[in-house]
Amino acid sequence: MDNTLLVELSRAQFALTALYHWLFVPLTLGLSFIVAIMETIYVKTNNPEWKKLTKFWMGLFAINFAIGVATGIIMEFEFGTNWSNYSWIVGDIFGAPLAIEGLMAFFMESTFFAVMFFGWNKVSKKAHLLSTWLVAIGSNLSALWILIANGWMQHPVGMEFSVDTARFEMQNFFDVLFNPIGVSKVLHTVSSGYVMGSLFVVGISSWYLLKKRDILFAKRSIIVAASFGLITSIFLITTGDESAHEVAKKQPAKLAAMEGLYDGHKRAGIIAIGQLNTKKEIGDNNEDPFIWKIEVPYALSFLGYRDINAFVPGMNDLVYGNKEHGIEPVNEKIEKGKIAIKALRSYKDSKKQNDLQNAKIALKEFRKYEKYFGYGYISDPKKIIPPIGITFYSFHIMVGLGSWFAGLFLLMLYFSMIGKIENKRLLLRASLFSIPLGYIAGEAGWIVAEVGRQPWAIQDMLPVGMATSQLDTTAVIITMSLFTIIFTALLIAEIKIMITQIKLGQEEA
Amino acid sequence: MFENLSLLTLQQYWWFLVSLIGALFIFTTFVQGGQTLLYKIAKNEKQRDVLVASLGRKWELAFTGLVMFGGALFAAFPLFYAVSFSGAYYVWMAILFCFIIQAVSYEYRKKPNNFLGKRTYEVFLFINGSLGIILIGIALGTLFTGGNFIKNDMNLSAWTLQSRGLEAILNPFNVAFGLTLFFLARVQASLYFLNNIAHKEIEIQTRIQLKNDAIFFVGFFVLLTIMLLTMSGFSYDMEGFYIEKYKFLSNFLATPILLILFLLGTIMVLYAIFISLFKNSTKGIWFSGIGTVLVTLSLLCLLGFNHTAIYPSLSDIQSSLNIENSSGSHYTLSVMGYVSLMVPFVLGYIVIVWRAMDKTKITSDEIQADKHHY
Ligand code: HDD
Ligand code: HEM
Ligand code: HEM
Repeated sequence: MDNTLLVELSRAQFALTALYHWLFVPLTLGLSFIVAIMETIYVKTNNPEWKKLTKFWMGLFAINFAIGVATGIIMEFEFGTNWSNYSWIVGDIFGAPLAIEGLMAFFMESTFFAVMFFGWNKVSKKAHLLSTWLVAIGSNLSALWILIANGWMQHPVGMEFSVDTARFEMQNFFDVLFNPIGVSKVLHTVSSGYVMGSLFVVGISSWYLLKKRDILFAKRSIIVAASFGLITSIFLITTGDESAHEVAKKQPAKLAAMEGLYDGHKRAGIIAIGQLNTKKEIGDNNEDPFIWKIEVPYALSFLGYRDINAFVPGMNDLVYGNKEHGIEPVNEKIEKGKIAIKALRSYKDSKKQNDLQNAKIALKEFRKYEKYFGYGYISDPKKIIPPIGITFYSFHIMVGLGSWFAGLFLLMLYFSMIGKIENKRLLLRASLFSIPLGYIAGEAGWIVAEVGRQPWAIQDMLPVGMATSQLDTTAVIITMSLFTIIFTALLIAEIKIMITQIKLGQEEA
Repeated sequence: MFENLSLLTLQQYWWFLVSLIGALFIFTTFVQGGQTLLYKIAKNEKQRDVLVASLGRKWELAFTGLVMFGGALFAAFPLFYAVSFSGAYYVWMAILFCFIIQAVSYEYRKKPNNFLGKRTYEVFLFINGSLGIILIGIALGTLFTGGNFIKNDMNLSAWTLQSRGLEAILNPFNVAFGLTLFFLARVQASLYFLNNIAHKEIEIQTRIQLKNDAIFFVGFFVLLTIMLLTMSGFSYDMEGFYIEKYKFLSNFLATPILLILFLLGTIMVLYAIFISLFKNSTKGIWFSGIGTVLVTLSLLCLLGFNHTAIYPSLSDIQSSLNIENSSGSHYTLSVMGYVSLMVPFVLGYIVIVWRAMDKTKITSDEIQADKHHY
């Protein structure tokens, strides 16, 4: 059965809902900490101005939080509704972090959220501060667990395929928890949230300064947020580098697409900026991969393998193999995968007919080729390379913006410290316009991570085509249209409310 | 500790936990019930604000309860999660839409320049409280009455009807389940308001409303119980699944503890209604809350024990799911067993926070004075 359209639609729907969810999550992650820091200053200094300031940013936090929750619930159930084969085949491993997230993080967030908002006069100052911190910690814990789940999709570890239930089963929880891809993902993504929160506070405060109102309030906010932003953006770049290093080791096809690298080299350079040649194809082709480019020599070898002499495989090596560097061609992997699929079938049939002898033989054959199992479902070797253009440009946009944000925070902090920030109107304007850039960087990052993982739902194990539910395409079209309409309406509402509250300012809001 | 238990014991432990989480969630749906009463109990805008503020401190509990119920099912019974959510696609999606629109409504309802207007958000709350709850009841009903799915020997599943779960609406038992939950949620909402709000007029109107809803609730509950006790269910043994007459009645008799929980819970809910209507008590919510948890727990436990299907298949009886063929592995269930030790801790802080926040009842003045209120 050809289910290409269904798979495309299911992916599109997942991408849509996830990208929407990600519009709100980073601000939750970052702003919750910034608000907690502000309230800590209030409790330490007992200055009511700081309380007002805390309450203002908390108000904006709540507006964002509500829609974050609204877009989150669908994510939780979408694995079941649209990716049911996935949910069964890897649910034994994947379900656990999701459930832990609910128990450990969501209840904490939602319980203490009520205290943070309505508890000012009901609990002691200390208890209130604790609640604010617990909301921040809760939201970060929720990020932790979901990112561990996502990291596992990128680099599946700690499990074994069970032939009797026909699914992967968990063997070691700690391998899943401390999966290197998962760890770098958690650190990088959470810090991207902190940077987003800082950009938001710095940008809005800059607007007040441009309008010459709420000056003291704005300056105080800038000091807190720019300091937080500077520290976290350095951390963001470091963890981004670490993520790329892990990708190089675990997902070489993604790395090659991120860099537009067709033929592998030693001492490979990084393309700082460039334009891909759309005529270029995988396989023999004399086209130049780039129309123009600026390259930083050796950097890719260093970034990927911490060695400027290291060999970085290109897409051609990965598809057609490279004997010298021990890379197996994909068509061989596909053949072996097909043997594994056949062996599993034969195992199942022999079991049904009670032919234990044959079942044993089939099982042995299956175990021999098991690690190629997923490749048996790949129709064309070239398909193991993710879409190149979108991965390449998204990656470069993210990295470029990340460097800019670090510079922005540094400048904002410096001019605030020397007391000249009000006069730097260009800088203030730039920081206001950097708010949307923060969102773009984050979404671009997810596109790198998720589009770059294609064609796999679980890297090297489960292709997306095998992972979907058996639905009619109309069903998915209906729900996807409804999501688009509802989420867009809610997004417009959120933005309007937010802007109105900002214009009202801290006195009235 | 958990790793030494047998697989079957772990499966039963997890079914019990999933049932408990489901039962706690059903208790918290008083929030949804309350959302359908905003224009019934409140006589003016000021009173409505008080009701919304009172519910607004609790709505996330119910919402997170639903998320947790889904998460626990995914982790412990992934095949059930996969089969039901993808199969009854339209029903689950409709439920999710009903909750998506709830999540923003409290925060956005009264905010200036909120794009859709205050009334729209109130309609959202009403849809969530009515359609959302009735559909959840219908979905839970299908655990008893079954769904139209098949699964192959690789455990991959498919639904056999184009209506994708909507057909469940035609089953009287499912509908009775939905309506019972709906009126239960409204009854509990009234009990919660009596306990949570200090406002004479609201109190008087709430008691009138409680009486109306209680009559419907008792009616549907009795009907549901009769249907349950007289209907057939799916059993299984070594040979496979088969249909058994009076399955749930015999499960009750085989496991008297479930019967006791069921009866005790029913009495507590009725007692709560009684003292609130005739003794002017404001403590009803505690009795009805515990009662609701006990009844729901016993109903869901009827499925997981005594060789019963947790999800019968109407298309191919041998495709039916039970706790044994749909669960996670021994390893995962025992790891998650350790995680489950957090449950009392989470319940503990929820109780502490609830008590600290509700020490004094909500008054109209308090709401008017606080501009951050919903
Ligand atoms: C404000 C947002 C932001 C900024 C400025 C950056 N990133 Fe990022 N990046 C993310 C936000 C993000 C993210 C949204 O958090 C992603 C998506 C998935 C993930 O793990 O994190 C991500 C993914 C991601 C990945 C893919 C990981 C994977 O596929 O598993 C790499 C290699 C990098 N980043 C590297 C960088 C580098 C070298 C940066 C240099 C400045 C950088 N990122 C800045
Ligand atoms: C695709 C997988 C995802 C699922 C299943 C998921 C699920 C959910 C759910 C159910 C909620 C509502 C929680 C509540 O009841 O209060 C939520 C909110 C939240 N999620 Fe996600 N989520 C996903 C992706 C992410 C990612 C990638 C992150 C962070 C890195 C994240 C972080 C959060 C946070 C911080 C919240 C709190 C509310 C807010 O967003 O403002 N989620 N998510
Ligand atoms: C909230 C941040 C996230 C964003 C913005 C995001 C983005 C995307 C995008 C763009 C796709 C489509 C890829 C394609 O079709 O080429 C996708 C697919 C998918 N993502 Fe994510 N993702 C996020 C988080 C997660 C997390 C945390 C998980 C798992 C825990 C996850 C699991 C999936 C799955 C199962 C698919 C569908 C299969 C596929 O196309 O690979 N995503 N996501």
